[in-house]
Amino acid sequence: MTKIVVLVKEVPDAAVQKQVDSSTGRLDRSGEKTLNPFDTHAIEAALQLKESGALDVDEVVAVTVGPSSAVKALHKAVSLGADRSIHLTDDALVGSDVVGTGYALAELIKRESPDLVLAGQQSDDGQSYAVGAAVAEYLGWPGLTQVIKLDVDGQTLTCERQAEYGYDTVKVTLPAVISVGDAINEPRYPSLKAIMGAKKKPLESLSLGDAEIDASKVGEAGRKAVWTGSQEPPAKAAGELIEDEDTAETVEKIVAWLDDRKLI
Amino acid sequence: MARELAAGELAPNAAHAEAQHAFPRSTFRHLGELGMLGMPYDEAYGGAGLPYEVYLQVLEELAGAWASVAVGVSVHVMSCYPLATFGTDEQRARWLPDMVGGTLLGGYCLSEADAGSDPAAMRCRAERTDTGYRLTGSKAWVTHGGEADFYTVFARTSDHRSRGISCFLVPGDAPGLSAGKAESKMGLTGSTTATIELDGVEILEERRIGDEGQGLQIALSALDSGRLGIAAAAVGLSQSALDHAVAYAGERETFGKPIIEHQGLGFLLADMAAAVDSARATLLDAARRRDLGRPFARQASVAKLVATDAAMRVTTDAVQVLGGAGYTTEFPLERFMREAKIMQIFEGTNQIQRMVISRHLQKDGAAASIRATRAA
Repeated sequence: MTKIVVLVKEVPDAAVQKQVDSSTGRLDRSGEKTLNPFDTHAIEAALQLKESGALDVDEVVAVTVGPSSAVKALHKAVSLGADRSIHLTDDALVGSDVVGTGYALAELIKRESPDLVLAGQQSDDGQSYAVGAAVAEYLGWPGLTQVIKLDVDGQTLTCERQAEYGYDTVKVTLPAVISVGDAINEPRYPSLKAIMGAKKKPLESLSLGDAEIDASKVGEAGRKAVWTGSQEPPAKAAGELIEDEDTAETVEKIVAWLDDRKLI
Repeated sequence: MARELAAGELAPNAAHAEAQHAFPRSTFRHLGELGMLGMPYDEAYGGAGLPYEVYLQVLEELAGAWASVAVGVSVHVMSCYPLATFGTDEQRARWLPDMVGGTLLGGYCLSEADAGSDPAAMRCRAERTDTGYRLTGSKAWVTHGGEADFYTVFARTSDHRSRGISCFLVPGDAPGLSAGKAESKMGLTGSTTATIELDGVEILEERRIGDEGQGLQIALSALDSGRLGIAAAAVGLSQSALDHAVAYAGERETFGKPIIEHQGLGFLLADMAAAVDSARATLLDAARRRDLGRPFARQASVAKLVATDAAMRVTTDAVQVLGGAGYTTEFPLERFMREAKIMQIFEGTNQIQRMVISRHLQKDGAAASIRATRAA
């Protein structure tokens, strides 16, 4: 029997204009929120492992660390097919950095002792790409990031990960922490019934004390990364517009442009 | 979920399918798998048990992306209504789960070539046989005609004008049932509309819904709810047209500024927004009355009238906001405008809605005159 934990996060909706609050250095997370799109791919990956029988999965558990509103992200996760969910929420968590978040998640995962942890490779807001790796480090498990293909053979996973040039093929033995990219699958839509039944699935809400998590290692108290300032990205030089008058000619122009820069 | 589905699955396919006059059967199958073909019906029969207020919001989202699909869902839901509301427990247990909880698609056969606004003028006959009925006649303007898995058919069981009509649930593959050539239409070209010929279609008595002679009452009751679906589709279409127009007006510049900053255009958009919001208000009023179990027929007709007239105006003005671009098929606005037109026509023309409303006024007139006397 196999248990999969999927790490999920509530993020501002893609349509919301994102801004950093200059007094705290934190992202302004007001406005419409949603389940981090990359995490829907992690959930889909878990469900596919379960449904295909590649792993003998008896439970998929969604886990999040976040404010009270993050419950909605868990509802979305269980409406997509997770069996139950865990919500760590505590005022002392506010301002946690990536390492602090990774520590808190790892502690939650230890309580569940799953065989596999899946996560989206990045969040739509913080974009650190690093939480999965931090979690793996705290657990002392192998961690793979940017995975876009996942094959199972017994307790061995063969993963393809997107590298800077091409793809790496990596074998790991369970337990492991895998963060997936959006190319790994096409997430399903939740059915109407699943959405309506989502609130009936078990949801465990924990404080730091409940989960026996060391408050000095998270939040403002535990953070090692400190925000000092931000600035606008430098303006990009204007691009080159090629008017499409004669398509054959346009293609030649594009090819020549790419060729000049040794891109093809 | 509906919004994501509309943006991810419907909007990207709508223009192409509409241009090809291709009926999106697979889209409806997918909607059925997601539980979206029986939203307002009892969970015990495979529905989602949603209040109309919520079901209609979902329809709005679908319509904003692809009106043919929203109208299709609305027609399907209406086709299930007679069985769900007037069927016996046994009939419901037998057929309803597949109709509202599965991937089957329904059609509604009420109108005839010479009996549209006046359904009591219908000529299609249901003659008694030893085991049930034999249906003979032809039904016009059937949405999903030829594609549907079942049809809710109204036919004459006696010559009595209003009490001589009965309701039947007919399988789409019944021998003797055939669909004519699909109509070539101005809009909703992705939705198929055809005449259904019933040439001595034999059905068992157990497939009659309600009592013999109760058909017209059932049909009109179904239309009261169906009109809410059409009103919701119209509001969704208007909202989408407004959104496209506002987005365009914020980007397009003339005389050195975005056209939304020109008062002539800004006020046009404001009027469009007012039309959308007020149409939605009439829809919500009717839906909430229905959900509370109160009479809502008059409000449903008001919502259908207001929302579809608003849709015609808002989509027309949205084309105007985009100017020449709006008139091209590069943008969906010209399609929206063509789609809005039928909404003023089907499920009771807006002239018929006015008739329904004025009849209610007359019926309620006695109560109103008492109130007026008291107030004086």
